[in-house]
Amino acid sequence: MQKTVISGNEAVALGVKLAKVQVVAAYPITPQTIIVEKIAEYVESGELKARFINVESEHSAMAACIGAAAGGARVFTATSSQGLLYMSEMVFWAGGARLPVVMAVVNRAIAPPWSIWCDHNDALSQRDSGWVQLWVENVQEALDTVIQAYRIAEDERVMLPVMICLDGFLVSHSYEPIEVPSQQLVDSFLPEKTPAPYWIDVTNPRSYGTIASPETYMEFRYELQEAMEGAKRVVKEVDEDWGRLTGRSYGGLIDLYLCDDAEVVAVLIGSWAGDAKEAADIMRSRGVKAGVLRLRSTRPFPAEDLVEALKDVDAVAVVDRSLSPGLPSILLSEVKAALYEHGAKPYVKGFIAGLGGRDVTPQDFVNVFERTLKGFKKGETGKVEWVGLRGVGSGHR
Amino acid sequence: MVTVKELDRKEHWLPGHSACSGCPASLGLRMLGKALRGNFILVVPACCTTVIQGIYPCTPSQVPLLNIAFAATAATASGLKAALELRGVNVPVVAWAGDGGTVDIGLQSLSGAAERNEDILYICYDNEAYQNTGIQRSGATPYGAWTTTTPLGKRERRKDAPWIVAAHKVPYVATASVAYPLDFVEKVQKAAAKKGFKYIHLHAPCPTGWRFPPSKTIEVGRLAVETGMWILYEIEDGVFKLTGRSKALLDPSKRKPVEEYLKLQGRFSHLLRPEGREALESLKLQIEESWSEVGKLVRGQP
Ligand SMILES: Cc1ncc(C[n+]2csc(CCOP(=O)(O)OP(=O)(O)O)c2C)c(N)n1
Ligand code: SF4
Ligand SMILES: [Mg+2]
Repeated sequence: MQKTVISGNEAVALGVKLAKVQVVAAYPITPQTIIVEKIAEYVESGELKARFINVESEHSAMAACIGAAAGGARVFTATSSQGLLYMSEMVFWAGGARLPVVMAVVNRAIAPPWSIWCDHNDALSQRDSGWVQLWVENVQEALDTVIQAYRIAEDERVMLPVMICLDGFLVSHSYEPIEVPSQQLVDSFLPEKTPAPYWIDVTNPRSYGTIASPETYMEFRYELQEAMEGAKRVVKEVDEDWGRLTGRSYGGLIDLYLCDDAEVVAVLIGSWAGDAKEAADIMRSRGVKAGVLRLRSTRPFPAEDLVEALKDVDAVAVVDRSLSPGLPSILLSEVKAALYEHGAKPYVKGFIAGLGGRDVTPQDFVNVFERTLKGFKKGETGKVEWVGLRGVGSGHR
Repeated sequence: MVTVKELDRKEHWLPGHSACSGCPASLGLRMLGKALRGNFILVVPACCTTVIQGIYPCTPSQVPLLNIAFAATAATASGLKAALELRGVNVPVVAWAGDGGTVDIGLQSLSGAAERNEDILYICYDNEAYQNTGIQRSGATPYGAWTTTTPLGKRERRKDAPWIVAAHKVPYVATASVAYPLDFVEKVQKAAAKKGFKYIHLHAPCPTGWRFPPSKTIEVGRLAVETGMWILYEIEDGVFKLTGRSKALLDPSKRKPVEEYLKLQGRFSHLLRPEGREALESLKLQIEESWSEVGKLVRGQP
């Protein structure tokens, strides 16, 4: 293994090269652009033997990926924010068609107002699309997850597209020292793409995506659901395998930090897990047993693992970097649903923070832990609070 | 010139599909299958052809067929072709889309693929409206035509998609008509033999949407050409050429009066009533204008 210092975007591109992707179709958007520029360089220099399709939009980027995946190729694209929304029709198509497309989404807020900075609303807007959604914390995990993603997507028990979500700027543009696995190692982990279990073949003609009547449509959807359920096991297996080869694994579906004996745990996705972990250390130095549960996967939603980790915790803070206007908050609802379904009833409080790239510090997470514990002890409701909100109406101007 | 005798006897688009009787799209698909002897892959967006295929698990297609979203045809075909090339499979990829899916919602992806000169054959079957959703106007609906969203007749002229594609300087652009199947077959074969982006715009008179009896699809298609409403031509490596029946029609006196075409179709009935006189005159002027442009091209070339 070789050490190097690169950015999150460069790590994704490097992962694509190591995975020997065959067709790339992409369209530029900040903060994802560097990924596709870097891949274009690899293709031009011959380091990556792939066809790079310079499409005219994200809708076409995903359409081309779908065509290429249906033709049996290993494919990749990347986008952010507006680009993902523009692509959305085809994102759902890839999920419904059960094609092993892999896409990096460099998370960026949605306009208006225009913002190029990080939040998670772009990827979460596609949560019902039939994609496995994996979230990374740092540059190393970005690289490793790209390689893992192909193993997951192409596994015959799964056959689903995989989205790798990395925080815009916070990961995409952060330079970190990482270990680069050798090509040989990656080859031993990720077999060459075979077209199995199906591809478009003139000698065995089939029609794909025809009309399904009400008598059959539901079964297709049920199978999609089953595939997601099956993906839970595969995501874990693949992460464990990777761990055996490289010494690095990320907990499978959830990444736990000091949760074993914790009285209060923050649940979240993305790179600010680092800040939350720092805050947990601070809390522990003050004698409060705090922990962090980072969801690595939001689809499939790891309900069982989450409940297992939280069942003996007094108080849970769910911190969302996204908003579903009219719903208290997105992850909060999903976490609560999982707990309720499994009969675990810790105190749960929701927070919304960091929208549009608003800075969130370890101190903010210290406050989140304290506020949550206070709410628990006082028997308050878990009403969602917005972190660091400036005066609304006049104050924020 | 291809003859009927030389046509592939095998059917690659099986009967029993669910098109309306007299459907031009199924006719076109049948001839396409014969032209390429069943050795090709179809990419089909939302359009009548989605429905014509019937319902899962049945399919009339004897060639692989990838259905895709409405606006995504050309891009999907591009990706598929890229994958086949990587696998060393040399089979034509044929995008088969309606006029709405081509000149309106799919125009951007079509333009992108044409600009990249992707090695695909794109065929637009033009039934001059969104027929699948119940006869709404499209950018290809001709001036004066009734549709459910132009209840008094369309006030705008149709988009000239073949010329839009030709502006991308692709190796082959042609128009065709289901009423002249051998001309169409020949153009498909010519296109498939070329590398790069090929485009055929296939006139497809639709009995259901145009309001004429299903037995008259061919008659209406021929009259479109004979009256000069639809012009058969090809642009091969930038060189324009009238083809088939249209070759003899540069002289306006050789063309049949457009009324003969219009009177067969309910969608134009108002043009033949006194209150439609002005619109009819406009339509005639437009036909003259199109032909005078063609004349310039024909004369301007060696
Ligand atoms: C994004 C999207 N918008 C609208 C539709 C609904 N729709 C399906 S087919 C169609 C019309 C197709 O018209 P055309 O391309 O001319 O083909 P035709 O039905 O006439 O054969 C429309 C509007 C759709 N499927 N997808
Ligand atoms: S509406 Fe027209 S094009 Fe569509 S299936 Fe019927 S006849 Fe064919
Ligand atoms: Mg149409």
